[in-house]
Amino acid sequence: MSKQLMKGNEALAEAAMRAGCKHFFGYPITPQTEVAAYFAKKMPKIGGTFLQAESEVAAINMVLGAASAGVRAMTSSSSPGISLKTEGISYLAGSDLPCLIINVQRGGPGLGGIQPSQSDYFQATKAPGHGDLHLLVYAPESVQEIIAYVFEAFDKAEQYRVPAMLLLDGTLGQMMEPVDFDLLPTAKPADKPWATNGHKNKREHNIVNSLYLKPEELEIKNFERFERYEVIKQNEQKAEEYMLDDAEIVIAAVGLSARVAKSAINQARAEGIKVGLIRPITLFPFPVDYFTKIKNNPNVKEILTVEMNMGQMIDDVRLAVECKKPVSLLNRSGGIVPSPSEVYNRIVELNGGKK
Amino acid sequence: MAIVFEKTKGLTDAVTHYCPGCTHGIVHRLVGESLEELGIIGDAVGVAPVGCSVMAYNYFSCDMVQAPHGRAPAVATGLKRALPDNIIFTYQGDGDLAAIGTAETVHIAARGENVTIIFINNAIYGMTGGQMAPTTLPGQVTQTTPYGRDTSYSGNPIRVCEMISTLDGAAYVERVAVNNVKNVIKAKAAIKRGFEMQMQKKGLSLIEVVSTCPTNWGLTPVNALKWLEENMLPYYPLGNYKNTKLEGEE
Repeated sequence: MSKQLMKGNEALAEAAMRAGCKHFFGYPITPQTEVAAYFAKKMPKIGGTFLQAESEVAAINMVLGAASAGVRAMTSSSSPGISLKTEGISYLAGSDLPCLIINVQRGGPGLGGIQPSQSDYFQATKAPGHGDLHLLVYAPESVQEIIAYVFEAFDKAEQYRVPAMLLLDGTLGQMMEPVDFDLLPTAKPADKPWATNGHKNKREHNIVNSLYLKPEELEIKNFERFERYEVIKQNEQKAEEYMLDDAEIVIAAVGLSARVAKSAINQARAEGIKVGLIRPITLFPFPVDYFTKIKNNPNVKEILTVEMNMGQMIDDVRLAVECKKPVSLLNRSGGIVPSPSEVYNRIVELNGGKK
Repeated sequence: MAIVFEKTKGLTDAVTHYCPGCTHGIVHRLVGESLEELGIIGDAVGVAPVGCSVMAYNYFSCDMVQAPHGRAPAVATGLKRALPDNIIFTYQGDGDLAAIGTAETVHIAARGENVTIIFINNAIYGMTGGQMAPTTLPGQVTQTTPYGRDTSYSGNPIRVCEMISTLDGAAYVERVAVNNVKNVIKAKAAIKRGFEMQMQKKGLSLIEVVSTCPTNWGLTPVNALKWLEENMLPYYPLGNYKNTKLEGEE
């Protein structure tokens, strides 16, 4: 099949089914409800489960149950709903269960708004629940990339036994773009000898659990999990470099902000300004290696993060370059997308006002 | 010599952490025996709650999942939808099932999930040291109702069987107690019937077991049973609240 025009939310649902996910549990919330609607329509046709839960809390715990059984399971929500899911996310991580969580972000805090945002960056990468834990976090920039990272997220979640999240800004869920499912890889499901699916009297009973009352045991579990995170940091960093080779100004931006930044970069380049982009695709692990490359590069004079929040990823960028370069922020909040001209004007400013 | 009694294969050899005189041990055995007698230990996946029975995952010999506080019915729903031919049960206390997990409890019944819930009602939070539960009786003294539960201030107890039996998805709802031999035998029959409901895909089965907490009630095990009979049974009448015919029943 060739390209078809699809909304991000619908394409990700289709991709999940093609990746072998037959269990979706969710609760309606704007701007991601199309995910649930698409599953509701399609899951019965493939013998899968779409279940509208009584709450976000219940939905994520249904995911926990299905993931314990060893199947590919997922849920989807938007910012306020993800806050409710953080309890279950912590238990999923503590129980070493793979699953996929989608956050189609809207503006916050509180009920915030329903327009696109990137203000759950901290939540996704630093504190997705109580306790010491991380998620694998992917931030695609197009509908085609969304479907690719749905596959990757399921595979990697199972490989490392960690929950994975796709962190989208609302626009990516809502926008329609051409998408080609023929470009998808083959899903690589992992063996799950730990699954609680009935031992049939043929093995010891399996236990999925996150409780360790003895501090020594809990410490061992946490150190073991963080060793896995270290492997993830070594092997799974992903970012796109755009016009970076000779860049003196480097923009760091993800998702929709990165696409806006690319437009501004094209305009600035046309006028001879040496500006490029690092677009993190994995947010955990943060693609530190890409920033290490520019950290000691004498050509690079300025780093600018473009964000749809009050400045969150900027902290990771500063850490990654170990404050060896000046890092500044261009941001819009509340559901407003920065315009290419805003970014272009800032580039010119950082270039000493020279066009 | 003929063996007339032995430990059920439905339980592991782990030593339980329950207090002396606590009725959890009896209920665990009844669940284990029911699983064994129905030949479903290898098919069953149990869900442990948060509360005194949090470590039930070490005691039942089937596969086990430990759920967040109150979320056992949601976890069980996920398990059942992924494993429709397995036997899924939860084992929950009153705080877990009727306070923090009320929504999950109501909705698993409304959906009529083919899941069996074993509900331990001892009118108190045991694990955290004896605070008011949603089933704490009017006037009952707990750590957080030190002057007795004043219903005009702390609200009224919830009668779970009465509430759940109003929902169409509930196939079998029964309240039992384990205060004497006769009632233990009745409780066993109810638990077994609950699993049979699930095996025949009739909908949700919930068995409430009126239980004791000698430690947090501040009573000896024998006096706790007496207190249960004099105080809990009048408020929580034993009996069937919802029934569905099993195959072959008239």
